[in-house]
Amino acid sequence: MTALHLRGNLQLKRGQFELNTGAFDIPLVGITVLFGRSGSGKSSLLRAMSGLDQHTRGQLQMNQQIWQKGAKSLATSKRDIGFVFQDAALFPHMTVRQNLRYGVKRLPNQLVKGHFNETVDQVGVANLLDRSVETLSGGEKQRVAIARALLMQPKLLMMDEPLSALDWRAKAEILTLIESVVKVTQIPVLYITHAPAEVERLADRIIFMDQGRIDRIETLKQALSNPDSPLFDDQGVVSVLEGQLGSSENGLQRLQLGTQTLWISPLQTLPKQTVRIRVLARDVSLALSDPTDLSIVNHLEVTIAELIPQPDFRVLVRLNLPCGQFLFAEVTEHSAKRLKLCPGLRVFALIKSVVLAE
Amino acid sequence: MMLFGSEINLQPVWLTLEVATYTMVILMLIGTPLAWKMAKMDSSTKVLLEALVALPLVLPPTVLGFYLLIVMNPNGPITEFLRLFGFEGQLTFSKTGLVIGSVFYSLPFAVQPLMHAFESIPSRLLDAAATLRANALDRFFTIVVPLSQRGFLVAATLTFAHTVGEFGVVLMVGGNIPGETRMVSIDIFDHVESLEYTQAHILSALMLMFSFLVLLLVYSLNRRFGVKVG
Repeated sequence: MTALHLRGNLQLKRGQFELNTGAFDIPLVGITVLFGRSGSGKSSLLRAMSGLDQHTRGQLQMNQQIWQKGAKSLATSKRDIGFVFQDAALFPHMTVRQNLRYGVKRLPNQLVKGHFNETVDQVGVANLLDRSVETLSGGEKQRVAIARALLMQPKLLMMDEPLSALDWRAKAEILTLIESVVKVTQIPVLYITHAPAEVERLADRIIFMDQGRIDRIETLKQALSNPDSPLFDDQGVVSVLEGQLGSSENGLQRLQLGTQTLWISPLQTLPKQTVRIRVLARDVSLALSDPTDLSIVNHLEVTIAELIPQPDFRVLVRLNLPCGQFLFAEVTEHSAKRLKLCPGLRVFALIKSVVLAE
Repeated sequence: MMLFGSEINLQPVWLTLEVATYTMVILMLIGTPLAWKMAKMDSSTKVLLEALVALPLVLPPTVLGFYLLIVMNPNGPITEFLRLFGFEGQLTFSKTGLVIGSVFYSLPFAVQPLMHAFESIPSRLLDAAATLRANALDRFFTIVVPLSQRGFLVAATLTFAHTVGEFGVVLMVGGNIPGETRMVSIDIFDHVESLEYTQAHILSALMLMFSFLVLLLVYSLNRRFGVKVG
């Protein structure tokens, strides 16, 4: 099976705002995140791509199927997409079951309609079916919205900041759900967010939006290895490490990075084995020898790959881990000189805190 | 018919109810698409339409009636046009004319509540329905109509009641032909003119009770469901 591609060049003018993407070709594999500040045109782009905004102009095609040509556009209802809205957008005059059935009833006959129960179980809304939509919590609403979109058997799932209206606990639940859904169904996802942590947790690819343009499209790895990436605008540079969860000891849980071990706060809720963690560069210090009289638990032996000068007398140090992943540390220019840091040098990275990518 | 010991001719009452029912049905059919179009507009055309629709609220009914009388006269273009389709008779001083006049007169009472109801439906619900493969008409009947139920109820009630209460327009357009175009409000006027106060009292009391009940219904809907009127 060849991968899906979304190719085109879209324009959309709404009042003061102007979307003008430039030519793009997005391979739709796994989760593609649309990332940018608010007002950068993420939502407009998704609305233009889904056909929800009739003022859209330009070209768009999904593989061979033309979705937009000039002012002519294929109706949203014929695009084989599923859409999850920011605040779920459930129909308030229907029960959960009626919401879920709404789209299913309208599916063309050639599509098999047999997955209702499986989907409902998978998304965890089986016990909500006869509830009125208005009695649901934020997290439950978003679950129903995801189930409703999945039941359309879409070729592409679009999600517009599905977590933004949720509290942190519901956020964590829905994130886990999205991950598992993508894994099981293999449906590619276009996902809008302005939260770097969500990007680092979910993204395979990132579309960076800036002032109504598609600035660039990068894989997560490419984006994270660029210290100037817009992902780092708010919190500074972040490294994302992927590891396998292991056993717990003394209130800490093992995270295996190849032969090295990180100790992190235990994660009872996550059933999966491989997780991504995010480490802020400013939470990583360097030492020439392995200090033993220190409260910091996580010491990793690493090799310096490069030193990248930063503003304000700071230096960003890229460190190679034996497992092939890399880690950023931020130190002052003064320390870098005092320790005589240089590429190739073996040092110890002391990690003050590790956060599971949200 | 004997009512409270007096002989009352109820023919005007039945005529009034008949005209009001026709008017209501026609206004629901015309007002709904009009209100929907207006709710979706965000340009100066909308302001223009809003002002036009609201005109009958401020115009003296005689003005509206006068223009309608001119436009619908037996040699006028509208009547001529209808003759092409086999229409016989005339629009003025007939029941058909009464209904046409009432439709114009009560238009704002249908359009305004419907428009407010439509405007209060979040557009993302319609977007969601579109992504669930519902076309525009489908979305209208499965999302918009059920969510605007109260707007429809208010619009229907108000147009009906307002038609029952009109005077100026029906007098101008319909005249005062007994059994043909004499409606309750005109009938009361006639009774008063001929000093038949008993009949006037009875009919007036009926109208008063009817109007009060209708408003009571509308405002209790308003209170319970937050329906906007006017």
